[in-house]
Formats: sequence, C-alpha cells, structure tokens
Amino acid sequence: MKIGVLALQGAFREHQDMIRLSGAECIEIRQLSDLTGNSLDGIVLPGGESTVQGKLLRELGMLEPLRNMIKAGTPVLATCAGLILLAEKIEGDPVSHLGTLPVTVKRNAFGRQTGSFEYTGNVGKLQNFLMTFIRAPIVTALNSQEVEVLAECREQIVAVKYGNQIGLAFHPEINDDPSIHREFLDLCEKFHNGIK
Amino acid sequence: MSESKNTNTTEFNERYGLNKGLAQMLKGGVIMDVTTPEQARIAEAAGACAVMALERIPADIRAAGGVSRMSDPKMIKGIQEAVSIPVMAKCRIGHFMEAKILEAIDIDYIDESEVLTPADDVYHINKRDFSVPFVCGARDLGEALRRINEGASMIRTKGEPGTGDVVQAVRHLRKMNSEIRRIASLNSDELFEAAKQLQVPYELVAWVHDNGKLPVVNFAAGGVATPADAALMMHLGAEGVFVGSGIFKSGDPAKRARAIVQAVTNYKDAKLIAELSEDLGEAMVGINASEIKIIMEERGK
Repeated sequence: MKIGVLALQGAFREHQDMIRLSGAECIEIRQLSDLTGNSLDGIVLPGGESTVQGKLLRELGMLEPLRNMIKAGTPVLATCAGLILLAEKIEGDPVSHLGTLPVTVKRNAFGRQTGSFEYTGNVGKLQNFLMTFIRAPIVTALNSQEVEVLAECREQIVAVKYGNQIGLAFHPEINDDPSIHREFLDLCEKFHNGIK
Repeated sequence: MSESKNTNTTEFNERYGLNKGLAQMLKGGVIMDVTTPEQARIAEAAGACAVMALERIPADIRAAGGVSRMSDPKMIKGIQEAVSIPVMAKCRIGHFMEAKILEAIDIDYIDESEVLTPADDVYHINKRDFSVPFVCGARDLGEALRRINEGASMIRTKGEPGTGDVVQAVRHLRKMNSEIRRIASLNSDELFEAAKQLQVPYELVAWVHDNGKLPVVNFAAGGVATPADAALMMHLGAEGVFVGSGIFKSGDPAKRARAIVQAVTNYKDAKLIAELSEDLGEAMVGINASEIKIIMEERGK
C-alpha cells in the first residue's frame, strides 16, 4: 500500500510520521509527476493555509488530476485546510478548490489564534478522541444526504465522511493518537484490494 | 511587573501546544512583510502563508534611523480585515506592554523582534504569560533554547534585516544545525555540562539530544531576496522563510512573491527555480552587511 501526502505547504511531515507508524508506505506529492508516477491507494490533504495550497495546486497543474483520482474513489483524509480544499463551497469565497465533498465550510470559524482550543469527544466510533482546533473551519451545511457527520463540537459539525472522503476540521496528526489514521488506512486497504 | 497568570501549568502547556501547532501549519510557507491592506492582499494572492504587519519594512527602518516601535493598531486591524491568512506583528524586545496590546487586538503571532529598537537591554518578555504565540530570533542553539524556555513557540534566524544580504541567516542556520548534531551525538551523562555551556535548562538540551531537532518550528529570516535565496535556506534545513524588504522593495512584488513561494515548495528542483528566476525585474538594491553601522543581530542574546 502506498499513500501520498500533499506536501506543498503545511504540516505534511506529521501525517507522514503517523502513516509510517501505522505501517504503510508514504510519499510526498510536490509535483504532477508524483501523482502520475505512483499508484496511490490513498491521499492525505494536510493542515496549513488553504489559499496557499489551492493556489499551488493550480499553478502546478495538479488540481484536475487530483480531483479525478478522488472522484474515482481513491480514499482521502483531509484535515483543516485540507477540508477546505475538499469542500464544494466556501463561505464568503466565490472560488472552491477540489470541490468533491458536498459540504459548505466556513474558514476560521472559531476566530483567530487566541480562539484555538483542544476538545475531547467522540469521532465516529472512536471514543474520547483529543481534537486540536487551530484557526479551524467548521462545516455549516451538508449538501447531500449521503454525508455522514462523524463529530460535533460546540454545536458545530467538525468531522464528516462521504464515501471514501474523510474531512476533519481538527488536527489528529499533531497528537500521539494514530486511531483516525488507522481507520483511514483500513479504507485504503479495502480500496487497494477491492474496487481497484 | 505583571504577575504570572499561567500558574496553572496544564493550562500553559495546552496553549503552548496549540501555539506550536500553528507554527507547524505555517511550515513550507513564506511569511511576507506588508505595510498596507493592499500589500497584504497582493501577498495573500501570491501565496503567502502569513503576513507580518508593520509600518515600515526593515530597509526603511534602517534608512530612517531613530527609535522604531510597534505599529499603529489601526493599521494592523486594517490588514487583519483584508486577508484570511494569519497576521503577525512585531513588538520591541522586552516590551511586554506592546505585546499585551497586540494580544488585545487578537493578533495571530507576535514577533519579539530585534528589527525594532529594544525596550529592555537585559530581559526578554516572559512569553509564558500570554495566550498568543511568539516567534523570536536566534543566532545559535543556546539563544533559541533560551527563547523557547521563555515561552517562544517558533524560532527564526536573525539574518541582518533590510539588507538583502543572506550571509547572516546562512551562518545562523548552519551554526544551529551543527550544534544540534553535536548535542545529538553526546553521551547522556555529558548533557548536564552542555546545558551549562549553552546557558539553558537541562530538560531542553535532553529533548534536543533525543529528537535531533529544535522542539519548535524553525524558519529562516533576514536578507532573503530571491527564489534562489529561499531555496538555499530550505536546503540548509529551514522549515519555511520570512521575506521582509525583499518583496515590496523589488521591481515586480507580485511576481517575485509568487516565485519565492514556489521555490520554497519545490526547493529541490533547480530547473523549476531557474524558470522562476527569469524576468523577475529588479531585486532590492541591498546593502552589504559589513558596510552598515547598526548590526541588529547583536540585539538580545
């Protein structure tokens, strides 16, 4: 199994460490050739700044190929900025990026850095998971009935799943708990063995 | 002096984790100095991962001389309203009141910066007293760990600001990394003496020994003016780059900014950086750092 982590900007190394800890092979996606030259069983869109990542995806000609892979069913784990890249609509912004996840998101929904916080709660079947929100977005609307809500916090939706796409407003990669990465790798393994 | 409000260590540790986390999100990015909302929008559109709001860029501070202070909060607010990326601002070394003001207007990161005139020639700010994160400059490992011990959650080199001369930033980064390698190679019973020599707590030295890196994110800053400069710093181990005067003192700021952002992401691809370096217009004029009178890196130890 080979997982690609989008490594244009942000906390991509933390995701790589989590994935390697869980026993899968991991490569960095920096250019189009990294996407086309590898047979990837899963993609991680890390935290960082969505405006930077979205812009680089376009300039490097990677937006369309990545979108096609996700539409074709390649599992994707998107955290914070990654969730914004994946979302179909971004509040207050006419431009969306990959747009494969039928939700509307709101940037910096808890305010600036002094509004960043930690919260422990359930994420899907995982109990008492430590969620770290850093200038985090939220999901403000579900635009398809097939979107499943995995977690809420402060009465806001902060984690969703739609087919093979997992979108999180928080950062599982900067703590020590690899549970979410393991669940994601299970999805990747099914994709690797089954549909592919 | 203000009393420490973070008597609750758990609370400080949680804030510190979040603040280190924001620096992690900035990695692989370019933080650009801007002086107006218009410049901030140009920087964001060019792919800056954050902007540093200040009244005058370092080259102009150097030219103007006199006392350089925190920027007008109104000007900083204008920039906060103009962009969705994080907004940073500078306060003087040791000036905890300027820092309190920046925290009060909800800044995302404070740079306790030698670019401004120091307000205290002995003490840095006790950054553990704040909820807002701090980035500080450091020329070597000892200085970096002293700032981290005071509560800084991000470190940058102290390359000579406003010069367009990258030599100090290179020196600082090379020195820091060589000291980290040396600490990592020591026997554990040699770490106490290393802590004494570096003038830092043993626990921080032990962390560096065990992990072979700084406990926080480390950016390059000072004198970066071209895509090649930025890529050089990434090769030397910087996790991202600050660009001050280099962008808005150049011929075509938007194009240069875009090129530097791409050079940081693909710093290993010399062919791409060659393309990016074409037709950028005039680079900032630059001053040879050995020709100037005020050496800002000497401020704060």
